[in-house]
Amino acid sequence: MNLNYTAEELAFRDEVRAFLDEKLPADIAAKVKGFRRLSKEDHQRWQKILNEQGWYATHWPEEYGGVNWSPVQKHIWDEESSRYGAPRSVPFGVNMVAPVIIKFGTEEQKQRYLPRILTGEDWWCQGYSEPGAGSDLASLKTRAVRDGDHYIVNGQKTWTTLGQHANMIFCLVRTNTEVKAQEGISFLLMDMDTPGITVRPIITLDGEHEVNEVFFEDVKVPVENLVGEEDKGWTYAKYLLTYERTGLAGIGISKAALQHLKELATRRTKNGRPLIEDASFSQRIAKVEIDLMAASISNLRIIASVEGGGMPGAESSMLKVRGTEIRQTINDLARRAIGPYAIPFVEEEMDLDYDGDFLSDENAAPVTPQYFNNRKLSIFGGSNEIQKNIVSKMILGL
Amino acid sequence: MDFRLNEEQQMLQDTVARLVRGEYSFEKRLEYSESELGFSADFWKQLGELGLTAVPFPEELGGFGGTGVEVQSVMTELGRGLCIEPYLQSVVLGGGLISQAGNSEQHEQWLGGIASGETRAAVGLQEPQSFYDLNDVEARAEKSGDGYVLNGRKAVVIGGHCADVLVVSARTSGNSRDADGISLFLISADAEGLEHRTYPTIDGSRGCDLFLNNVKLGPGALLGEEGKAAEVIEYQAGRAISALCGEAVGAMEVACDLTLEYLKQRKQFGVPIGKFQVLQHRMVDMMSELEQARSMAILAASVADEPQSDERRRILAAAKNVIGRSGQFISEQGIQSHGGIGMTWEYNFAHYAKRLVMINHQLGDDDFHLERFAALLK
Repeated sequence: MNLNYTAEELAFRDEVRAFLDEKLPADIAAKVKGFRRLSKEDHQRWQKILNEQGWYATHWPEEYGGVNWSPVQKHIWDEESSRYGAPRSVPFGVNMVAPVIIKFGTEEQKQRYLPRILTGEDWWCQGYSEPGAGSDLASLKTRAVRDGDHYIVNGQKTWTTLGQHANMIFCLVRTNTEVKAQEGISFLLMDMDTPGITVRPIITLDGEHEVNEVFFEDVKVPVENLVGEEDKGWTYAKYLLTYERTGLAGIGISKAALQHLKELATRRTKNGRPLIEDASFSQRIAKVEIDLMAASISNLRIIASVEGGGMPGAESSMLKVRGTEIRQTINDLARRAIGPYAIPFVEEEMDLDYDGDFLSDENAAPVTPQYFNNRKLSIFGGSNEIQKNIVSKMILGL
Repeated sequence: MDFRLNEEQQMLQDTVARLVRGEYSFEKRLEYSESELGFSADFWKQLGELGLTAVPFPEELGGFGGTGVEVQSVMTELGRGLCIEPYLQSVVLGGGLISQAGNSEQHEQWLGGIASGETRAAVGLQEPQSFYDLNDVEARAEKSGDGYVLNGRKAVVIGGHCADVLVVSARTSGNSRDADGISLFLISADAEGLEHRTYPTIDGSRGCDLFLNNVKLGPGALLGEEGKAAEVIEYQAGRAISALCGEAVGAMEVACDLTLEYLKQRKQFGVPIGKFQVLQHRMVDMMSELEQARSMAILAASVADEPQSDERRRILAAAKNVIGRSGQFISEQGIQSHGGIGMTWEYNFAHYAKRLVMINHQLGDDDFHLERFAALLK
């Protein structure tokens, strides 16, 4: 047993750090560390820098422009980039649709879409959930009917994250109603500019516009936009979800959030002393830090077990549950740390270029909205209840 | 032993319930929240006309002579409607402090208006450094002639943006966090040197921080005995905690009803999701948290008007601890049970969740009150 990085891995970590020191724009890092909003332009600027370095597509084989890092290298990258405050890549293109296209797409699809993902020309969004199909994704009803060289698509998708920025969407659609639910689904790529597609914002409880509804009315999609075989989309969808689930634990993000919490608790006061010196509050922080330490080693154990290739199995479901609980606890503590100042909603202070006086602490304004917003963590990417179902079925055989 | 409201109390609660049902649809609340005033002036007026803003004041001061039970009855219904009018701030806290500590001139000057709703009060008892400790007062009041000059800052004054009169604590002697040396002052909203920094709150209401820059006050502005306000404040905060318990129970009732309804109608995997045992047990846990909160609210109301004692302190700390925890549990688990829809602005559940979590940040959270309770262990 050896829990240390090899000399090569340490050298890689130094390389990552040197890159982040030199290339990560300070304004973007400040936004990430302070939980402030990132604009589309921020994401694109960072993506361009990553792509120039050749480090954007960490999950792709080299022949398509990927890095082909080992699981440990990917982990080092996640840790370090979170610690430095680099934005997480918006996953829908690079980490979700791309692996599906690489594994199941045609040569033309690879040639057409993969380079455009690397350069950022295409911004993808995900058309999976529907109003009636959430945890029970296979019950989706959006219909695609073949008509000559096209499919005619009608229906509705929902919870489409950052769909307002996207020019492309990948969708699960029903192509066959005669067979059992999972067997009549296909995987379609669509241009968001196609007539008949409408995007409508969903405002979340913190007042943010992050997710959307997408409506399809007689949308004509060329048949060459079908990925793989008709009616086999469920297989591709599941393949994609395993990619989605890795990384949802957000260990690196939790470490950064914990640091942020400690800084906040150092500056806020209780009984005339820094809050972090308060016995009960420091114990709350200590407990979540210990949980995070354990989860972080669990994460490494999964990484080590797939170092030889392949995808993690149901263990990543357990880690998703743990990891999201830890992040939510950290958000809860940050909210507690600002005491009465959790109540004001000072939206203007959430912009980085705000130059007025801060109501309480420079990092306080996003804390409560972030706490509420991150209730989503235990809901999306397969709710934590669904993850537990997976574990009880796949690991325990119950 | 009888835990039921008596006939008059029930009638009072029914009156508020009818008013809230009639005036406070979810859509209207969003409108009120976004309006310039930040709540409904018309609804506030009706609370006054029905005598509801007079409930806690003694009859000889123009009030209804209501106890903690009556105040809770009103607050429970306001909580069910998620009402954002400053009842707690103006009536329970502001009016309550004036009623408790004021002299006859001050009663005459302010209480009639507060009881009728024509005058609104708000209280500035916290400061940026104070966390939830109301004895952590650094704002200073210096003697000047026969009056005072105030300097300092009061934090998160809910309803302070629209108050006609502000009741603020300031130190006339002693060091920060000494109980001794704290005094209360009545400040007119347009006093020279008083600045407001106004903001919306995350739960749809509005508040401000108050900046006191050489605010000059006459001798009539001192409320109660100089330097002896800590007990007055603690006592009134206790009544406000009891009132908040009522509001929280009202909001939790609706949050639980909404969740239960959703579990019955939302279908996944071909059945209502309420058929899944994991969600059934969670719903049971939510209901049981609500019942715990309801019990503690009743207990809090029963001591709200009792003379101060360690037993009263213990009960109010315990009650606030329980509603803080149960409110957060019901909010978080209710959102989880709803899934994505529970996180949207357009659906009312999220707004109940936000209010419930923020109640935990008013007058001390569950951690704060756990410590207070622990300090009184015998």
